[in-house]
Amino acid sequence: MHLRTWVFIHKWTSLVCTIFLLMLCLTGLPLVFHEEIEQLSGVVEAPPMPEGTANVSLDKIVQSALAAQPNKVVRYMFWDEEEHPNITIVSMASKVDAPPDEFWTVAIDSRTAKVLDQPNDQGFMAVMLQLHKDMYAGLPGQLFLGLMGLLLVIAVISGVVVYKPFMRKQDFGTVRKQKGRGVKWLDMHNLLGIVTVVWLTVVGATGIINTLDPIVLAVWQGDQLADMVKPYKNAPPMKDNGSVQAAYITAEKTAPDMGVRLIAFPGTAFADPHHYTAFMKGNTPLTARLLRPVLVDAQTGALTDTREMPWYVKALFVSQPLHFGDYGGLPLKIVWALLDILTIIILGSGLYLWAKKYLRHREAQGILADAEAEEAQRAGVLQQ
Amino acid sequence: MKVWFWPIVIGLLSAVGLLSGLLYDGLGDAVSWLALLVPVVLAVWYGWVRNHAADDSRA
Repeated sequence: MHLRTWVFIHKWTSLVCTIFLLMLCLTGLPLVFHEEIEQLSGVVEAPPMPEGTANVSLDKIVQSALAAQPNKVVRYMFWDEEEHPNITIVSMASKVDAPPDEFWTVAIDSRTAKVLDQPNDQGFMAVMLQLHKDMYAGLPGQLFLGLMGLLLVIAVISGVVVYKPFMRKQDFGTVRKQKGRGVKWLDMHNLLGIVTVVWLTVVGATGIINTLDPIVLAVWQGDQLADMVKPYKNAPPMKDNGSVQAAYITAEKTAPDMGVRLIAFPGTAFADPHHYTAFMKGNTPLTARLLRPVLVDAQTGALTDTREMPWYVKALFVSQPLHFGDYGGLPLKIVWALLDILTIIILGSGLYLWAKKYLRHREAQGILADAEAEEAQRAGVLQQ
Repeated sequence: MKVWFWPIVIGLLSAVGLLSGLLYDGLGDAVSWLALLVPVVLAVWYGWVRNHAADDSRA
């Protein structure tokens, strides 16, 4: 392709997505630190009790949740021992098949079944998350942002292609600060763009994959989940759920080297009407993300099936940490934030160069003319 | 080749940084943030700290 074509691609893919990317970078900045911010803003902690105090039955915890919210049902229970030790988070809704964005969170002490908090105020972080995820526009908004991510990746690739002719006569890292603002910001744009290229491509591509999560879920429901619960296809509906504690114990026995991360209740998006699905996490940084489903018959507490997730779910699971930067402690989050700020400067300088019509600058015209002469020469050689 | 040498080195370091924290705890995390700090340090050094007239000599 001609250099002018690449320049054209870089210019227009960037221009279309820049305003959305700026929004994503700005909202993403606090989201990187959401755990720290939540802790500072006083998320509830379980009171200290003697080391090794046993947990109560999960059925008791369900009762506590239902007592606190008698008009709701439990859809999910999950645990994060690192961030919230000794707390069971119960996610409730008006009915089991209510839309996924309707939920009510109850934090319960795992050892006493006491309700500690019902953290449901829509604060600053919830606004940031909603803007970042779908701009309050639901699935269409989410997929639209995925499309903007795709434009970003194309802008990055075309940016790498046009980097070379613009840097041919300069050493790596040259920023000509005395030659006027336009030239200085061109050099800055090139420098910041090329040093962040791998990180930005990975964060962009994994962001695109994350926008596909409802699709991944739907495919998994129709594929692996449907296959695992096939024997229950014509089973009569259950009157009420059996013991979730029994399901928990079966799941732990089935995958003894893993821990339970989440239990989906019967009839939710992650389980059929006859099963609890326990999602198990491994104990290495990677396997902790690659959850494994264990389906337990909700009435009998017996194991129905467990399988490794299919590749497309694994791809989603691996994409999450690579997008969020939450897998290397606070130092990695700080680096993530710094790279995010560099990205904001790249976007801003790109916009500035466009507004200043840098491509009409003598230097840019010279580089494009040189490239065209070279392309013509190469074409001539090929024809001979 | 001259144009691509440092970008390739930085790109490889970034890839190592992105993966090591995901695959290994402890030392893996340290490698992760050190390697990903390289692009930040280079950007700050060349973009803001280094500020001599000599920078223009080759341009």
